[in-house]
Amino acid sequence: MKNNKPQMARREFLENCTRKLPGFFLLFSSLNTANILAANENDDYDHSAHEYAMGVSIHKCIGCGRCADACKRENKVPREGHYYRTWIERYIIPADGEAIVDSPDGGIHGFPEVKTGGDVLRSFFVPKLCNHCANAPCVQVCPVGATYSTEDGVVLVDDTYCVGCRYCIQACPYGARYLHPEKHVADKCTFCYHRITKGLLPACVEVCPTQARIFGEIGKRSSPLNRFARFNDITVLKPALNTKPKVYYAGADGEVR
Amino acid sequence: METVIANIASAIPGTTGYIYPNEFELHWSLLIVIYPYLTGLVAGAFILASLERVFKVHEITPVYRLSLVTALAFLIVAPMPLLAHLGHPERNYEMFLTPNTSSAMAMFGFVYAWYLLGVLLLELWLDYRRDIVKWSNEKTGIARYFYKFSTLGATDISPKAIEFDEKASRFITIVGVPSAFLLHGYVGFIFGSVKANPWWSSVLMPIVFLFSAIVSGIALMILVYMISTMFRWKKMDMACLNKLASFLLYAMLVDFTLEALDFIHRLYESEESITILSEMISNRLFISLIVAQIILGSLAPLVGIIMAKMGKVPDEMKRMLYFISALLVQVGIFSTRWNVVIGGQLFSKSLRGLTVYKLELFGLEGLFMAITLLIAPVIILYILVKLFPPWMDKPELDVAAAKEAVAPAKETE
Amino acid sequence: MQRIPQQLIPLIIMIVAIIGSLITARTLLVPDSFGDLGHYRADNTGEVAALELSYAGAHVCADCHDDISETKRDSHHSGVACESCHGPALAHTEAPDEFIPDAPRGRDGCLLCHGYNPARPSGFPQILPGQHNPTKACLICHAPHDPQLPHTAEDCSACHREISNRKQVSHHSSVACTECHKATDEHRASPRIVRAEKPRKAEVCGNCHARGADSSREIPRIDMDTHGGRYICWDCHYPHFPETNL
Repeated sequence: MKNNKPQMARREFLENCTRKLPGFFLLFSSLNTANILAANENDDYDHSAHEYAMGVSIHKCIGCGRCADACKRENKVPREGHYYRTWIERYIIPADGEAIVDSPDGGIHGFPEVKTGGDVLRSFFVPKLCNHCANAPCVQVCPVGATYSTEDGVVLVDDTYCVGCRYCIQACPYGARYLHPEKHVADKCTFCYHRITKGLLPACVEVCPTQARIFGEIGKRSSPLNRFARFNDITVLKPALNTKPKVYYAGADGEVR
Repeated sequence: METVIANIASAIPGTTGYIYPNEFELHWSLLIVIYPYLTGLVAGAFILASLERVFKVHEITPVYRLSLVTALAFLIVAPMPLLAHLGHPERNYEMFLTPNTSSAMAMFGFVYAWYLLGVLLLELWLDYRRDIVKWSNEKTGIARYFYKFSTLGATDISPKAIEFDEKASRFITIVGVPSAFLLHGYVGFIFGSVKANPWWSSVLMPIVFLFSAIVSGIALMILVYMISTMFRWKKMDMACLNKLASFLLYAMLVDFTLEALDFIHRLYESEESITILSEMISNRLFISLIVAQIILGSLAPLVGIIMAKMGKVPDEMKRMLYFISALLVQVGIFSTRWNVVIGGQLFSKSLRGLTVYKLELFGLEGLFMAITLLIAPVIILYILVKLFPPWMDKPELDVAAAKEAVAPAKETE
Repeated sequence: MQRIPQQLIPLIIMIVAIIGSLITARTLLVPDSFGDLGHYRADNTGEVAALELSYAGAHVCADCHDDISETKRDSHHSGVACESCHGPALAHTEAPDEFIPDAPRGRDGCLLCHGYNPARPSGFPQILPGQHNPTKACLICHAPHDPQLPHTAEDCSACHREISNRKQVSHHSSVACTECHKATDEHRASPRIVRAEKPRKAEVCGNCHARGADSSREIPRIDMDTHGGRYICWDCHYPHFPETNL
């Protein structure tokens, strides 16, 4: 019995080496080569090895609306009518009275100046999108299993299976879903799933000029999200609903909801 | 400050304050108002019928079969508004094939199928079986084949078989009562379990739905009984009507108390959403909630029925009061459904603004479709009544029979 | 022997038929990959992942436009992706001559970020479009890939517009920013790295507001020793918009 133990340990160690060394090698090689390579290696993509999330730094957002615009272009979201996978809200907190919030055209064409008349305490922009909740109410209520959480933590809609009952739209506390006017199915942000699985950034993160949006993976120490979480006070939207969102906000005011 | 808010809102006509950009479109339209209204009538009518069968309230025997047939007529139409409002109605079978067990809505297909096939049709068939067999022998032509087919081959009407029918039918009614509770309480749960929506999210929702269903079902049966008796030139059974009115009164008192409790509870708890909800009630829902639901739909019929019951009122006047009260109750319950379904979508989930519901006239989700769906059950009921006469008149009330001196054979007990 | 009542036979047949048809329908109509990974069609994940791209990503641009990318890398616009201004350009990487991405030359594109908006974070460079050379294209003075101010900003309002606007209509309108803040040339050149200095001591305010200060008579005075206790001036007073009545 006693003699056996060190032997076992040695064997385990050797096994570990053979299992993990190629992993290390792969890691370094992927650091050296450009992400494009990863794009070509889509077949090797392991869905279960990722968990995506986004950080939004409210102090950095300048309300230029490039994210909302890029989202519409990348995902071919209808321009006519009110359909937004992501949008930007402007908050104006006056010295007295209720906060004023607006989002003209989702912020795509900027924010025309508002004459408040009174003293303004503070004012800021808040980008919004699907929170890809870990405990997603939309997934819970979908009667047929057309909306679901992927292994990598992204909430998607199967547009060939959705019956268009719109229960998920009612169940989403964040107003992140809409009924696609041509496809007649529920539609929403996918974190640009077709991009992130190729090692690219979501379109909104790609074009954000001030890095107000940070995209990364939970539980990866080298992810920019890790740094974001280290240096900021993080909140999520409507935490009381226990949806466990995976879009984290830094500097979100109590008025944001 | 006020002017600024008005300026922002004026960007989109009708909305005030801030609503999320995806919220301009109301997703559950008039059709989804009709759906709980219809299922409520079904559940209510069935529960009324069960009073006769299970609880042996023999005064209401004249409406026993009529209630079941009415429930069937409305149940057949109940899923139509749901189907019509789907983005892809042709994919509806997925609900049966891959129901998501965590979804409140996924069970609808099964609850509906169980109620239609397992309870209502089965009970009606057992109830009518003796008559169907009789008609299949008496009638001629196509009718004969229709009734022959309806017997499903079971032509045994020996006393022993009839006894079995009655036993089975009573058993199904007993199973049917919780099923009817399930059918409509479950519709309430679909709304009550949406935690994102403070107007819907309430444990009382299924119970309120249930009692309002009973109210609407009894009121419907008062209307159907009175109208059908009138057209058949029969005398109305006042004992039956009085009993129906009493049950309506009790159900309304419970329903009204529950709704008041819900209302007071919300006001007293005064959660984050209370500001926008009060604004919605006073601006958007004033007519449909305060006027139509509470004053016209609850208080007025309560007063009407109590007046008919308390005062020394002649039968003629009583019938009038019952009829008007039952009509008002229908208006009230329809408004209740409207206020739940449409009201729950008129405020933004940002709790910062209100939107408007623009009713379409034409189209799959428009007003005409809605009217069609409300008339359809009445037509189906007419056809069903013609095919399967449900009348269980007491012979002394049969005016026509007295005139013709020949009682039609089909009007058997 | 108890015989099954006749009426039960068609009912049993029907129940069996319904259950049977449901089972057959399930095997025939439910998609193959449904339920492989969860209660959904697993193949859909791949379908969504295979959707067409529009945006190529900044690093792709650098392959050909290495000169521009190098210039941009050290500029104030280093964090701005090429496609932020030029629009989606994957088609351009596939057919460089056939698809030419946008090259905005007007003012509108720049103003989306640099037009004055009070909700923007303080320190972000903004201009008032109506006053800032309204007829000229931005490109004439500022190179978009390496934006520089044609001359060092003599006015702090170039970046701190919101504060400057406030101050302009306040009792401190005539007080220069540099009266209280020390803004070095380094701060003007790289504002995020070298910060402007903020006052630390109450004496800075005391220069004008102390009892014995050598300043204009109309300026309100306080006793620096007793006023405010352990609070420092700006704990209570907002220096960029000091209140009129105390």
